[in-house]
Amino acid sequence: MSTTSTSSPLAAPRDPYKRQKTTRSNYELYSWVFMRASGVVLIVLIFGHLFVNLMVGEGVHAIDFGFVAGKWASPFWQVWDLLMLWLAMIHGTNGVRTIINDYAQRDGTRLVLKSALYLAFVIVTVLGTLVVFTFDPCPPNALDYQLPSFCTA
Amino acid sequence: MPSAPAGTLYRGREGMWSWVAHRVTGVLIFFFLLVHVLDTALVRVSPEAYDAVIGTYKTVIMGLGEAGLVAAIVFHAFNGVRIILVDFWAKGPRYQRTMLWVVVGLFAVTMAGFLPRHLMNVFGGGH
Repeated sequence: MSTTSTSSPLAAPRDPYKRQKTTRSNYELYSWVFMRASGVVLIVLIFGHLFVNLMVGEGVHAIDFGFVAGKWASPFWQVWDLLMLWLAMIHGTNGVRTIINDYAQRDGTRLVLKSALYLAFVIVTVLGTLVVFTFDPCPPNALDYQLPSFCTA
Repeated sequence: MPSAPAGTLYRGREGMWSWVAHRVTGVLIFFFLLVHVLDTALVRVSPEAYDAVIGTYKTVIMGLGEAGLVAAIVFHAFNGVRIILVDFWAKGPRYQRTMLWVVVGLFAVTMAGFLPRHLMNVFGGGH
């Protein structure tokens, strides 16, 4: 009885080399290009985000509901944050996908980890997108001091 | 798939360690991003819920965590530019080691600009 078992039959002598699996797409090439293109844009978006939220005024102490509402009252910051959300989520998910492919050796492990990753991607990206688009800066039940100044004006 | 023998160290030095640091910072930033979108989503629940959770970001421990997060982002950003230059600039591979020290220098300058202001906000802050 043989101690090794292979799923594919042994190639005949002098068979030409054949790839076991053709991917039939340039998916990995596009993913490589996307990491570089999105990375450049994310540097601008995230450095701007950090500067406005942590460096201007009182920094992190100034952040509350009114601060966020004040920003998202402007389409400029809505677009900024939406673009940042999508690019960062795709960039990060693709990076972690690469890491899973590198270190998880068993097929089952890769499947489980990548399924969890893609589930997290869908939940977080959809939730974040809905929040940006359905946000109400002046919710009816809130107290005045919690709201941006333009709500009561 | 054959496993690599234990105890090997791929070529080491600047090229490998910057690659390791890029992966480690990338994973850290990604997990923070997941949490950060969820905490920001609380603005759709109520102003109290958002203010309560964001209040925990203003404590000293979280303030130090934010400094670490910004450090991870700044390194990942500058080293990312270095990777792009290695890939697309004809002389990039030849200068990859030099460029890492440029990255480290720019990182130090950026953090020197960021840390005093942020730590003053965290430790001396208004609330």
